[in-house]
Amino acid sequence: MARDGGQQHKQPKKSSETEEATEVAPQEDVAERKEQLDEDIDAILDEIDDVLETNAEDFVKSFIQKGGE
Amino acid sequence: MSVRRVMGTETEFGISVQGQSTANPMVASSQVVNAYASSTLRARRARWDFEEESPLRDARGFDMSREVADASQLTDEDLGLANVILTNGARLYVDHAHPEYSTPECTNPRDVVKWDKAGELVMLDAARLAGAVPGAPPILLYKNNTDNKGASYGAHENYLMRRSTPFGEIVRHLTPFFVSRQVVTGAGRVGIGQDGRDHGFQVSQRADYFEVEVGLETTLKRPIINTRDEPHADPDKYRRLHVIIGDANLSEISTYLKVGTTALVLAMIEDRFISRDLTVDQPVRSLRAVSHDPSLKHLLTMTDGRTLTAVQLQMEYLDLARKYVEDRLGSDADDQTRDVLARWESVLSRLETDPMLCAQELDWVAKLKLLESYRERDGLDWEHPKLQLIDLQYSDIRPDRGLYHRLVRMGRIDRLLHDDEVVHAMHRPPVDTRAYFRGRCLEQYADQIAAASWDSVIFDLPGHESLQRVPTIDPLRGTKAHVGELLDRCDTAERLFAALTR
Repeated sequence: MARDGGQQHKQPKKSSETEEATEVAPQEDVAERKEQLDEDIDAILDEIDDVLETNAEDFVKSFIQKGGE
Repeated sequence: MSVRRVMGTETEFGISVQGQSTANPMVASSQVVNAYASSTLRARRARWDFEEESPLRDARGFDMSREVADASQLTDEDLGLANVILTNGARLYVDHAHPEYSTPECTNPRDVVKWDKAGELVMLDAARLAGAVPGAPPILLYKNNTDNKGASYGAHENYLMRRSTPFGEIVRHLTPFFVSRQVVTGAGRVGIGQDGRDHGFQVSQRADYFEVEVGLETTLKRPIINTRDEPHADPDKYRRLHVIIGDANLSEISTYLKVGTTALVLAMIEDRFISRDLTVDQPVRSLRAVSHDPSLKHLLTMTDGRTLTAVQLQMEYLDLARKYVEDRLGSDADDQTRDVLARWESVLSRLETDPMLCAQELDWVAKLKLLESYRERDGLDWEHPKLQLIDLQYSDIRPDRGLYHRLVRMGRIDRLLHDDEVVHAMHRPPVDTRAYFRGRCLEQYADQIAAASWDSVIFDLPGHESLQRVPTIDPLRGTKAHVGELLDRCDTAERLFAALTR
């Protein structure tokens, strides 16, 4: 179990409008790129979610090996 | 003088029987190997020939007595476990409680990667075939090195070296290299300590299992430099350095750099090129400290008083290797040697800036990036079982379930090879070592081969009362250039044997 089991998603990021209003142009590019990156990562995680074994705890627990070599 | 050398890898795969955590792993491993052997090897199965094996021979010049050896060190007695030679020249067998694949002898890093990856496909087929037996539960295989509960199993490398190189020189110059190379070659691990009792991510699967600097053992008191001395070649000319410290890599570029940079360092040691003293204080502790700091900021204390990060220590070796290649080969350096140097430099300079820049190439970084994305999205602690599952499933060899394979398919990890050449290498040997002779004999004369090993092929021929042993003591003979035409011409083993002994 997670130590602080109640840990939740991070605070949602500020909306892009707020950032546009307060930040200068080059940083805006960075923010856009970051947003694009986040979308990419979300897509990856969604795909990985689909193939991850269900019940991680049991699965990991039952993976018991003997030493080798 | 280059990355070229006779070398190979030996990988033990993690094994589990789905839904049966108490299944006997030796039985399951035998089922995997036997299923592959039965379905792919025609007719009679060639046994492994143990005559030239000497796992208790120590490179320091003595034999360990059998009485003092731990039972797990006795690998040369045929325990009746499955053990076969494939038409690609590789060996597929059960070692202790794991199925193991040893590549055929290769001469360059790219070929090692190719036949190493072919081994994953062999294991994939083997597991599927074993699971296809009616009533049999699926068997899952993992290319990793630990169960995170205290057990570790190996992914070894072997390198043919000149016997004349003093072993002390190998220990001196290779130890700091091995302490630091994990920043390039690590496979990444969730869990700290042999049994994973502490939570966190570390660079290497294996670092926590190493306890001494030099030694013969591989199953207990594991040493950074292993002294097993089975040359499988003329022992007066060669030793075969048995490297046990590496992680099993999925990434082709990780394996390529692991083997390529090590081959370069060995060449420099053989040619007495390394004049700097790069000795690191407390190598065993340092090995773990480097692994436990994925930021790569840990400072190693050198005996000359300097402090360097592992990346900077690798840069010292890179600098030496560049000078060495320039000095010995200049513009005659072959493409692969140049490519290894360029990739090594590129990876090290990015690791120094920000390790995450290597997520497309290196296993541990790719894994860490995925884990950190999950941690961020789902707010997970390092002790969360989902992160351990991701670590484990990264190494699942099934293309549909293995996370390494999914990342490759999503374009998140770069490759070196094409699928078709890896598939080809499942069945065909390298053309430039004795593996060519072994593999083609198995392909053409399976019915007449009684046994084979690295250094012999043993024929059982009609009209001969005893078995006929064809020694293959020189790893660079029996190549396509030597025997290709002869094998094309001889449609039976008798004809081949007659031609060889004429």
